[in-house]
Amino acid sequence: MSTWALARLIAAKDLRVERRSKIVTNQVLPFAGITMVSFAFVLDKQNVIDTVAPGLIWLATMFSLLILVQRSFGIETDDGALDAMRVAGVDAGAIFLGKALALAVQLLVLEVMLFVAAIIFYGESIQSGRAVLAFFNEPTDVNGVEVVLTGLTSPGQSPIFATVLLVTTMISATCGLAAVGTLYGGLAAGFKGSETLLPLLTIPAVAPVLIGATKAVESAVGTSGAAVSEGWQWVSLLAVFAVAAGVGGALAFGPLIDD
Amino acid sequence: MEDAGFILGSYALTFGAVALFAWRSIRSGKRLAEQVPDEDKYWV
Amino acid sequence: MTTLDPASTDQSPTTGRGAARRGTGTRATRLVGIGAIVSLAWLIAFGLGFSPADRDQKESVRILYVHVPTIWLAYLAFIVTAVSSAMYLFTKKKSLGWDRAAGASAEIGVTFVAVTLAVGAMWGRLTWGVFWQWDARLTTTALLFVTYVGYLAVRRLGGSHHQRAKRSAVLGMIAVVEIPLVHFSVRMWRSLHQEATVANLDGDTKMDGLMLFSLFVGVIAFTFLYVWLMLHRTRSMALEDLLEERGLDHALMERRAESAENPTTQYSTIQNSTIGRDA
Repeated sequence: MSTWALARLIAAKDLRVERRSKIVTNQVLPFAGITMVSFAFVLDKQNVIDTVAPGLIWLATMFSLLILVQRSFGIETDDGALDAMRVAGVDAGAIFLGKALALAVQLLVLEVMLFVAAIIFYGESIQSGRAVLAFFNEPTDVNGVEVVLTGLTSPGQSPIFATVLLVTTMISATCGLAAVGTLYGGLAAGFKGSETLLPLLTIPAVAPVLIGATKAVESAVGTSGAAVSEGWQWVSLLAVFAVAAGVGGALAFGPLIDD
Repeated sequence: MEDAGFILGSYALTFGAVALFAWRSIRSGKRLAEQVPDEDKYWV
Repeated sequence: MTTLDPASTDQSPTTGRGAARRGTGTRATRLVGIGAIVSLAWLIAFGLGFSPADRDQKESVRILYVHVPTIWLAYLAFIVTAVSSAMYLFTKKKSLGWDRAAGASAEIGVTFVAVTLAVGAMWGRLTWGVFWQWDARLTTTALLFVTYVGYLAVRRLGGSHHQRAKRSAVLGMIAVVEIPLVHFSVRMWRSLHQEATVANLDGDTKMDGLMLFSLFVGVIAFTFLYVWLMLHRTRSMALEDLLEERGLDHALMERRAESAENPTTQYSTIQNSTIGRDA
């Protein structure tokens, strides 16, 4: 079986486990949501929240990533499934890709939810959010739409470009996060102290993603006057990171789970 | 020397930290070395 | 760490209880140690005495003579960690000596980075008026510190020595790639959206001859220190590993001896089994 086919199988297995147990939907998504609420308590002032909202989304994502990775490897180590896969001759790279893929899917769902939560909770501040909603709400009056759009976005900034930027950011950031999470999850899996070790390892490693994704989203929503065009260089950073983490992770995973 | 406190403090901090690391390393080395026969020590 | 008393049944004069055992010091460490002390004395003489005060920074430039060497040696230490990690992973023999070198170097590196950050804060207080700034260099250094603290934590995860070695070797090599990536991202972050800062971020001064020499002496001194610490620490770690291995063998031997003396009907076969004998 090819590596890709194996990876898809493993990803499907992980997602099936999630579909049946609903741990992510019942526990992790609410956790992410309550994190967003906590940020509001702590930061209090609307103009502060306006400025930092894009970053808060990614902070909440990062914290949720840690929990998702624990869960992802928890299901493997509980019954020695990881060892069983290796003994069965499954290529370590395939395991890595499969688990990273499943993790990425779960992360994406989480990010979409977080973004919607940000539009609702941090609300008025995320301009392009309103523009995106307006775009999909199809106001009856064409002039009204134009007023809404030009009033909210800087000149030359169409919500379509912002949305494309947003989606690309989410995908590339997610790939990077999933790769790093899977790699370190595999490294620490099954050992005493691994739950507390994982955050310590993961957070410095995903710093580039935090930086890049926040800046890209800021450009997409126009925080502090950032233009959409500025966001693309950050997406390049995210893409490079995702590729490096993906390739590095696939190569490094073998020695890590071999005993 | 102006700001002597900070400057001397920096030197003291640097050498102090290194000395602390060195002392702990030597001390644990001595303790462990007592328990291992010399022929097993590759540097002897 | 298990303690073990193999000498209790051994009566020979050189390894019996009464004889003093050699520590981790050798002629090499004594020579390097002397070099370290001499160059440190030299550094203090030049750094605190002979070298002139800077025109802009005044006396606080003297801090740089220890601050800069510590971070350079930290970089060297982490490069050694990465190279040793690679040597462990990619050589056929998989000698644990490489693993111990990687670990010892990382410990020294972490110590040096911590000192760099602390002393740098003091320098910053004098020069910039603030202990900390979120500029590219400081941010990356802080992340570097946490990354290698994580590396040291991974070394303590447990398992066999080779498991430890493999895990840390992979991490040691990842970290060396991670750090430039982080640095690049942080540089982008700071350069493209430059906020107004309290002080001039470009702290590097143009140094005149005597200052440069003092810096050079500092680097020499800390290099001697690094080598000295490496020698002692790797030997110490070798002793630890040896004792751990022996400790397990010893415990197994004792257990078998116990069951030989008091055979219980169900378990008397344990004394005749070879389980664990090759550990």
